[in-house]
Amino acid sequence: MLLKRLSEAFGPSGCEGDVRNVLLEELSPHVSEWRRDALGNLIAVKPHAKSPRVMLAAHMDECGLMVSSFDRSGLLRFRKVGGLDDRVLISKHVVIGPKKINGIIGAKAIHLQKPEERSQVIPLSGLYIDIGAKSKEDAEKLVKIGDYAVFATEFKPLSETVVSGKSFDNRAGCAILAEILKEDFAVDLFGAFTVQEEIGLRGAGVAAYGIDPDLAIVLEGTTCHDLPPSKEHGYCTTLGGGPAITVMDASVICDKGMIAELLRLAKEHNIPIQFKRSITGGSDGGRINQSREGVPVVVISVPCRYIHSPVSMLSLCDFNHTLHLVRLFLNSIAEGGFTI
Amino acid sequence: MKELIKKVVETYGPAGNEGRIRELIQKEIAPFVDEMRVDALGNLIALKRGNGSKKLMLAAHMDEIGVMVTHIDKHGFLRFYPVGGLSPLTMLGNRVVFENGTIGVIGAEKLEAQKDLTLNKLFIDIGANSKEEAAAKVGLGDVAAMAREFADLGPRLIAKAMDDRIACAILIEALRAVKQPAYDIYAVFTTQEEVGLRGARVAAYGITPDLGIAVDVTRTGDTPESATMDVSLGKGPTVKIRDSSLICTPAVRKFMEGVAAQNGIQYQLEVLEAGGTDAGAIQLTKGGIPAGVMSIPCRYIHTASEMVDYEDVLNGVKLLTHIMETEFMG
Amino acid sequence: MDSRDFLKTMVEATGVSGHEAPVAALIKEAFLAIADDVRIDVMGNVVAQKKGEGEGDISIMLAAHMDEIGLMVTKIDERGFLKFIAIGGIDQRTLVAQEVKVHGNKELIGIIGMKPPHLMSPEETQTAVKMQDMVIDLGLSCAEVQQSVSIGDVVTINRQFIPLAGDFVAAKAMDDRAAVAVLGECLQELKRIRHHADVYAVATVQEEVSLGGALVSTYRLRPHIGIAIDVCHGDMPGVPEQDTAPLGKGPNIALGANIHPKLYERLLEVAKEHNIPFTLDPIPGASGTDAWAMQVTRAGVPTALVSLPLRYMHTSVETLSMADVKSTGRLLAYFIASVDKSFVEGLLCY
Repeated sequence: MLLKRLSEAFGPSGCEGDVRNVLLEELSPHVSEWRRDALGNLIAVKPHAKSPRVMLAAHMDECGLMVSSFDRSGLLRFRKVGGLDDRVLISKHVVIGPKKINGIIGAKAIHLQKPEERSQVIPLSGLYIDIGAKSKEDAEKLVKIGDYAVFATEFKPLSETVVSGKSFDNRAGCAILAEILKEDFAVDLFGAFTVQEEIGLRGAGVAAYGIDPDLAIVLEGTTCHDLPPSKEHGYCTTLGGGPAITVMDASVICDKGMIAELLRLAKEHNIPIQFKRSITGGSDGGRINQSREGVPVVVISVPCRYIHSPVSMLSLCDFNHTLHLVRLFLNSIAEGGFTI
Repeated sequence: MKELIKKVVETYGPAGNEGRIRELIQKEIAPFVDEMRVDALGNLIALKRGNGSKKLMLAAHMDEIGVMVTHIDKHGFLRFYPVGGLSPLTMLGNRVVFENGTIGVIGAEKLEAQKDLTLNKLFIDIGANSKEEAAAKVGLGDVAAMAREFADLGPRLIAKAMDDRIACAILIEALRAVKQPAYDIYAVFTTQEEVGLRGARVAAYGITPDLGIAVDVTRTGDTPESATMDVSLGKGPTVKIRDSSLICTPAVRKFMEGVAAQNGIQYQLEVLEAGGTDAGAIQLTKGGIPAGVMSIPCRYIHTASEMVDYEDVLNGVKLLTHIMETEFMG
Repeated sequence: MDSRDFLKTMVEATGVSGHEAPVAALIKEAFLAIADDVRIDVMGNVVAQKKGEGEGDISIMLAAHMDEIGLMVTKIDERGFLKFIAIGGIDQRTLVAQEVKVHGNKELIGIIGMKPPHLMSPEETQTAVKMQDMVIDLGLSCAEVQQSVSIGDVVTINRQFIPLAGDFVAAKAMDDRAAVAVLGECLQELKRIRHHADVYAVATVQEEVSLGGALVSTYRLRPHIGIAIDVCHGDMPGVPEQDTAPLGKGPNIALGANIHPKLYERLLEVAKEHNIPFTLDPIPGASGTDAWAMQVTRAGVPTALVSLPLRYMHTSVETLSMADVKSTGRLLAYFIASVDKSFVEGLLCY
C-alpha cells in the first residue's frame, strides 16, 4: 500500500531521498516528465494546452533528528529537525543514517529519580541516542556527524478504516498527490513533491517560481486533536469529519473562490467536509501565494491525530474523501466549471 | 477631505476581505487615473502616466485588522482568531461588525487575574441563543472588523482603521491634486499588509518600480508616560528612517526631506522600534528597490479609536503630491 | 593587500546595518586592486567580479556581510542625553560603561555610563541594566548636541583593533568583516591558480537585520553556486564543547538542509587534498546566515556555508585567529578551481 511505503520511508527535512525514490518507483509508469531543482524538489509534469496551469504541492519531508556530536562514552548527541516537542522524544526507538542503524533515546530509571524530577521536562541537552557503542571511536564506525534519524515506527491498520504510522504529516498529502498523478486530467498539471517544509516552508517557493502556476492546491496532513482534555473549540479538525479546508493559516489567506467551489462540489457529491479551525502554523501555501505576482491558493488537509510525534493516526475515509474532492476540483477546472 | 476620510475609515475591509473598500476606492479615483487593475492578491493598482521614464510605486494598505470566526458553540457564542496584530486588552468590551452587518460584542471567560487575559479567553456574542441561530448569521471563516464611527474633533480626527485608511485617503487626494507627475505613478492600494506585507510584495514584483514609497501611520511619544518616540501629533507627516521591516534607503530619505524643505512643508524624522510597513516588502523585491515611507503620526494604533491630526494629514497630501512631481535622482 | 591590515581598517570603520556606505567605500577600493570589476549595487552591496576561463557560463557567488550591529538615536532629551535602540542583536549587558562614537554630521565621542557602586543598592547590582534606561552622554548641552546629532543617527562602540598573543586578534565587527578579509584572501589566491567559473565576491549589506543584501544580490547575479562566509561560535568556558569550534584549527564547514550535499562533500575533499584542517557544524534548520536567503532565490541556488570560529560574538571584542582567515580563503579558492560545468550540472541531480 502506497501510504504504508511512504509513511515508513526515511525523509527528514534536507534528506528526502528515500521518499523521492518511493515516489519515482510508484509513478514511473504514469509520469514521463520530471523536473528537479537545486533544493531537491521533485516535480511531475503533465502538460496540457489550453488550460490554466495548476500546481499541486505536497511536502515530502518529516520532522526528525540530526546527529551533532559523540560523547566519549559512545552516546550520540543530537539536534531536532523541524518542530518536535522535547517531551515526545523520551523512551523511543529511532533509526539513523543511510544504513538505518538502530538507536534508542533512553531516560533515567524512575527508581533513580526524585519525585520532583518527574514533573519536569527533560531538556534536549539531557537526552542522548544510544546505539550500543562502547566508545566514541566505536560509534564513529557506525554513524557520522550530520546523519539524520527518524522514529522507527511501522505502519499499522487499527481497524477497517483507521490506520497508524509516522509522518502522516505529510505522507498522506504525498500519497494523495501520487494517486492524482496516476490519472489523467485535462489540465496543465505540475505535481510538486516539495522539500524542507518543516524547517521553514523552504521548497515550495522555489518550486512555484520555476513552475509559475495560475493557481495552486496544497495537500497536507494536518492537526487533529479531538479528544480530552481539549475543549471543542480547540480541536482544530475532527477524525472522520472529512477533508479539512484552510480558510487562513499563519502564512496564507486562501482564495475564496476556490474554497466556495470545493464546498459546492462536496455538497453536490455528498462528501463530508470541514474547516480547519486553528490558524497557527504555516504551510507551503504561503510561499506559493506570494510567488512572483501572486498565486491564488487553497490548502486541503487530511485530519491526523498526533502529528509531529513518533506515531500518528488517520481515517482512510477522510483520506479517500480528500482524494475524491481533489479529483472533482481538477475536473471542474478542466471543464471550465471553475475559473480564476 | 474629512468626508472622504469618514467614508474610507468606516468601510468594512479586514485583511483578506478587502472587496468593499477596494470598490469604494475604485469609484473615487476612476476620474483621475489612466488605468486600473486588480491582481491575484486583490491589490488595486492604478496607473497615472507622467513625464518621466521612471516608475514610482506608492503603497497605502486597504486592509484593517479584524477577527476570524473559528468555532460556533452550542449556545451561539463565537470563538475567534485575530487577523493582524490585536491585543486582548483593546478587544474586551468592544463591538465588531461582520460584512453582512451582524454586530457582536467581545466578552471574556472568568479570569483568576487580569494578567491572564489572552485572546483565546475571549469570544464574540452576536445575541444568538443557539448554534443554529448564530450559524444563520455568520459562518466559520467569516471576519469581523471593529465597529466604531468616525469622530471629528476639529483639529483632531478619531476612527478605527486610520491605520491605514488615512493613507488611502491621502493617496486618493494626492492623485487628484497632482498636475505634472515626474514618473509613471503606480498607486497601489494594497491588501493583507496587516498579516505580513503580502499584497505589496507581489505588487512590487509585478511593477518593478525604480522607487517605492509607502504611506502608513506611526506611533507617537506625546501621551502620558509613553515609550520613547520622538514623533508628535501636529508636527507634520514624518520621513521614516527605520522600522522593524526596513531601514529606509538613505538616498530616498534625503530625497523626501529635500522635497519637504524645498516646498516649506513641516515634517518630522521617525525611528519606529517595533512595527513594519509595505516598504519593507518593496525594498527587497527582485534586485532591490530604493524605498522609503511617509507616515502620519497616530495615537492609539490598533484600537477602535486611532487619532490623527488633520493638519498633519493635509501636509501629508502636499508632501506626497510634491514627491510625485519631483524626480528622484538617487 | 595584507589581510591583517585590511581587516584592521575595516573593523575600525563604521557600517551599521542600513548605513554601510563608509565601510563599503574602503572595501571597494581594496577590491579594485585584486578583481576585474567592482561595483556597488542599488542596495549598497559591493560586488567584485573575477572572471574565469569559461567565459561566464558558470558563476560562483561568495557572500560575506559587511554590516555590523550598532545603535540608533531615537531621541535627544532636554539636557542633551541620547536615547537609543539596537540595530541587530545586541546584548544590553555589553553596552554599559562603554565609550561610543555617535555618527552625526560629525563624529562625537560619548559614554554609556553606569551608576557608580556607591549609589546602588545590593539588589540593583544583581540585575542587568535595561537598554531603555540607558542614555549616551556626550558631555554637551542640548543645543550643542542638536547641531551635530539627529534622531536616526547610528552609534558604534569605540573600539580599536586589538592584537592579542600569537595570531589572535580582537575588535568589533569581526562578524562579519573577517569574512570580507577571507574574500580578499580568496581573490588574491585566485590570481595564482586557474579557474573556469566566474567569481562574484560580494560584501553584502543588512545581514544582521534581514539578510536583505544577500537576497537582492543573489537575485541580480543569478549564480550557479552560492557560498556564504560567516562566523560561528568559538570555544569558550560555559558553552558546551559540541556547540563550538576551536580557534586556529581551520574553517568550520556546515552541513544540513541549508547546504547542498554535493557542495559539502566537495569542500571536504578539497580541504583534505590541500591539508587544510577543518571542523564540522551540523545545522538541522536555518543557518542564520546569508546562505539561508541565497538558497531560496528565484528557482533555488545550491548553497554552502563556511565559517570562521569566533569567540564573544556580538560584543565589541570579537576574537579570532588570523590563520583561520587565511586557510578559509585558500579553501574557497581551491574549491572554485575545482568547479567545472559538469559539476554544476550534477547539482540538480537528486
